[in-house]
Amino acid sequence: MELKMETRQLNLFYGGFQALRDVNLQIKPREITAIIGPSGCGKSTLLRCLNRMNELIRNVRTTGQILLDGRDIHDQAMELTSLRRRVGMVFQRPNPFPLSVFDNVAYGPRVHGTTDGAKLQAIVENALRATDLWNELKDRRNSPALALSPEQQQRLCISRLVAVEPEVLLMDEPCSALDPIATARVEELMRELAHSYAIVIVTHNMQQAARVSSETVFMLLGDLVEAGRTARIFENPRDKRTEEYISGRYG
Amino acid sequence: MKKDKIIAAILTVTALSAISGLALITIFIFREGMPIILRTGGGEFFLSADWRPRDGSFGIFSMIIGSLAVTAGAMVIGMIFGLGLAIVLTQFAPPSLAAVLKPVVELLAGIPSVVYGFMGVVTLVPLIRNRLGGPGLSVLAASIVLGIMVLPTVTSISVDALQAVPRSFWEGSIALGATRWQTTRMVMLKAARSGIVAAAILGMGRAVGETMAVIMVAGNSIEIPGSILAPTRTLTSNIALEMGYASGAHREALFATGVTLFVIIMILNCVALSVSRRSARERSFR
Ligand SMILES: Nc1ncnc2c1ncn2[C@@H]1O[C@H](COP(=O)(O)OP(=O)(O)O)[C@@H](O)[C@H]1O
Ligand SMILES: [Mg+2]
Repeated sequence: MELKMETRQLNLFYGGFQALRDVNLQIKPREITAIIGPSGCGKSTLLRCLNRMNELIRNVRTTGQILLDGRDIHDQAMELTSLRRRVGMVFQRPNPFPLSVFDNVAYGPRVHGTTDGAKLQAIVENALRATDLWNELKDRRNSPALALSPEQQQRLCISRLVAVEPEVLLMDEPCSALDPIATARVEELMRELAHSYAIVIVTHNMQQAARVSSETVFMLLGDLVEAGRTARIFENPRDKRTEEYISGRYG
Repeated sequence: MKKDKIIAAILTVTALSAISGLALITIFIFREGMPIILRTGGGEFFLSADWRPRDGSFGIFSMIIGSLAVTAGAMVIGMIFGLGLAIVLTQFAPPSLAAVLKPVVELLAGIPSVVYGFMGVVTLVPLIRNRLGGPGLSVLAASIVLGIMVLPTVTSISVDALQAVPRSFWEGSIALGATRWQTTRMVMLKAARSGIVAAAILGMGRAVGETMAVIMVAGNSIEIPGSILAPTRTLTSNIALEMGYASGAHREALFATGVTLFVIIMILNCVALSVSRRSARERSFR
């Protein structure tokens, strides 16, 4: 099977501190890949490499390759704005813009050049349907997004991505600000979205990784220790450190 | 303990005397200015452009128009450059440059207004006279000088408003593939909107109240200016120019001009305050 994304010998330095070491990550299309590991091991850093968000931090240096559909994302021919459209990101804390629900979802399409009103209406409706928000919000499209519940806000942030028809969704602990019921619903949504997109989710919650993902990657101190099918990683880890982490011996 | 109480008492007395001083000034201005407004009738006083103190005609309409024109011009210039500078400093310049430039701009506020006026007379007025025509002393000259004078206020408050926008909004937009400029225009300026409005209103307050620099470059003629190249007189200039020799009803009319200014500036400050309260509420809401 073709890989959707791949990193090869990826190293990342924050100034003198090396946060990623020779990471080889593989992301399959239409599957959920979970990145697990203790806090500070480099999960978010790795995720932010995939849409080049790390470059916004000063003194960051990377070596190695990152491929999207086999093409290097640092290639001159790959425009940064179109890379970020294709590889979208959901943040830990829901961060809808201080605009209306409609303008939040229409933001991406507008930024990428869609101005036609009827077309935007259709895109917004589809994107809200994709995250099951349409029925809840169709009459509140013009009310401020910041007035929604945290769960609705996080769904809205996902709709905002769906509206630009991405290929990969990066999610950095997307449920950490949500209660268990909201978490379960967002997980359900992720499973549905995985029919269309490759999803990479960072979580330090192992149960969540086991529940939603089909592939799991375990990281420790900047190293990618072990990767494989989720069931295999949890039932039959090959590396001793993976086993120790899964059995709860790290925090 | 005892010392604490004494200090608290002293501080209370100073605070109270400062407040009562301000209250007394207010009462004084209104007591001196209100009678003539009531005598002439508000309509006549505010809406007649006939200001001939020797003949007992006191209409400040042309000065109201002068103040409005000069202030509006100053705001156009001050907002374009002040907000532009704030956007460059917060969104595009490296943080180290912003850390140097913002205090420099704020320093401009410390230059005495007579210096701005002098610069205007020496450079700007001849330039306008030679290039654009008219006497040079004009609405335009006053607008430009005032526009520069409000820059520190407008820039510094706009910078604060833009910096107070949570970084997560910015990241969310960039992560969607928006450019920096799109992010600024579509997210940052909207999120900072009420702070920017407050910046504009406070800048306006400065512009309405400024006197010395305006007297030096505006020409001060008592007529409704027909174009931006025509000279004009503002409410503040009127008081400063005539108070020295005014007596009787004339003096009262100048106090009434002061009352008018006082009310305009109070309204501007109240609006600014309520807008910035609203922005604080919006922030806590997040
Ligand atoms: N902007 C930064 N500057 C310097 N060091 C950073 C920065 N961001 C993260 N780090 C460091 O890199 C390591 C990995 O961080 P991160 O990727 O956030 O870990 P995780 O998401 O797994 O908790 C940590 O040791 C962290 O302190
Ligand atoms: Mg993290």
